[in-house]
Amino acid sequence: MTATTTAPMATAGPAQTAGKPATRLRAWATRGPLLPALIFMIAVTQLPFVATLVISFFDWNSLYPDARSFAGFANYQQVLTDADLRRSVWTTVLLTVTVVLASLVLGLGLALLLDRRFRGRGIVRTLLIAPFLVVPVAAALLWKHVLFNPEYGLLNGLLHYVGGPQPDWISNTPLLAIEASLIWQWTPFMMLILLAGLQSRDHQQIEAARVDGASDWQIFRHLTLPHLRRYLELGALLGSIYIVQNFDAVFTITSGGLGTANLPYTVYQTFYQAHENGLASAAGVLVVIGSIIIATFALRVVSSLFREEASRA
Amino acid sequence: MSTASAAPVRSRRVRGAGLGVAAWLIGLLFFLPIAWMALTSFHSEADAATNPPSWAAALTLDGYREFFGVGGGASPWPALINSTVASLASTLCVLLLALPAAYALSIRPVKKWTDVLFFFLSTKMLPVVAGLLPIYLFAKSTDFLDNIWLLVILYTSMNLPIAVWMMQSFLAEVPVAVIEAAHLDGARLPTILARVVAPIAAPGIAATALICFIFSWNELLFARVLTGVVAETAPVFLTGFITSQGLFLAKVCAASLVISLPVLAAGFAAQDKLVQGLSLGAVK
Repeated sequence: MTATTTAPMATAGPAQTAGKPATRLRAWATRGPLLPALIFMIAVTQLPFVATLVISFFDWNSLYPDARSFAGFANYQQVLTDADLRRSVWTTVLLTVTVVLASLVLGLGLALLLDRRFRGRGIVRTLLIAPFLVVPVAAALLWKHVLFNPEYGLLNGLLHYVGGPQPDWISNTPLLAIEASLIWQWTPFMMLILLAGLQSRDHQQIEAARVDGASDWQIFRHLTLPHLRRYLELGALLGSIYIVQNFDAVFTITSGGLGTANLPYTVYQTFYQAHENGLASAAGVLVVIGSIIIATFALRVVSSLFREEASRA
Repeated sequence: MSTASAAPVRSRRVRGAGLGVAAWLIGLLFFLPIAWMALTSFHSEADAATNPPSWAAALTLDGYREFFGVGGGASPWPALINSTVASLASTLCVLLLALPAAYALSIRPVKKWTDVLFFFLSTKMLPVVAGLLPIYLFAKSTDFLDNIWLLVILYTSMNLPIAVWMMQSFLAEVPVAVIEAAHLDGARLPTILARVVAPIAAPGIAATALICFIFSWNELLFARVLTGVVAETAPVFLTGFITSQGLFLAKVCAASLVISLPVLAAGFAAQDKLVQGLSLGAVK
């Protein structure tokens, strides 16, 4: 995935003319420390993907290894027309968009609250980060059994106090249940990024606006929000990259049942349980294409922040 | 005159205090599931499964005893040890590969160093599932399945881009003038690295290591597909934990808490650099 082409960057460093043996040697001495990491990454991440691409053109069920044959685009055709797979594409989109947007909005609110000075701010910050630091599987188990359980979960226990209904959360709203647990884990992440954004604002400018009689809302709307835009984009795109790939929550809370199977789970199931290697690979390739679209935007955002940082230095 | 100017100040102060209280309430609300998990882990199974919840039930260590397999049942220690080995070894490999790479991308940059940096980042955007099947087939044909070192290799590749980005941004903070001055004073490269670069970059390197540790410790999909009995890691152990019917809440809470403790510790230790790491060095 050399998405590097999508991020045109000015090349820094002195221009070197490879020609004389001495300069060439020096160029290799500079490059040397980089090579182990580069070769390792290409071997471990790019080669398997090439293999996936090749396998995706084969009709190959690992239970019948002798019946392997070239299938052309048949796997892709099947993936794109299969109702379950198509639903899992939609589930992935819905899950990702909901979780990212909700945790961004909540994270923005919390970041604004934490940007103010108040007693115990450090403690509140620590409390808020904690959900992000629970092992994802443990968080999913916590939500499934300890909070959502219809008979003795904490949610229904609290509802009991006010005489509320006792819904079966996971059966009634399975996708929402998964989303709730993910939003709980990802809001702290968004908050941290946005808080860093808020703290990098130009405080003199804000003070000047306040002296000129601007209201809090006007300052937020016309100064803070434009400044935060890039941080919001960054949070949204990094969040998307991680949540598109989410496996732990779907696997633990519903095992992909009740229409909650997202693409990673479906791909996992297609080869791990159905042993359809060709189909799984084709689905995997489609996931990659989807990711590249997101990644192109993500790289652009990161590279613009990066350039800003570089020009400031 | 004085009352007219005092009123807005007071209202602003009252509102400020109100927002502080709101922040506290939301913070506590977010923390409630974890606090409840911790409390439940010290309850007996019977007290853990009541509605309305028993807040003040007697405390016991039964959940922890149960988790550690004291009364029979599978011991979590092999899984915990596997997770520790996979996380520590992969973090070490990441540091060994990322440090020289970050050096070649910041202090003495190669040509087109930003392109290289973005290549590393782009691998992070490649979904894990897309490469999982060939890795599985490869491991199966070479008898590498259920081997903890396979996870070490994969976790290294998973964390290397993050580490390269983070360390590049940390090493870039080392002023070039200081390095040049040391060079002019006759210091050789190893001396410069040990005496000049390391002290400035050390906190960043530590934070990078902690974040890599967290990601490896948390990982489920690779471990689930590629390990079985021998190399099972803690998250996989946790997913296989709830097989029995009946009451298990206290046990699950104890297990979740024990397995999350290293991450919570590492996360709080790296708190200040957490954003920088998670945003791949884009946010300082």
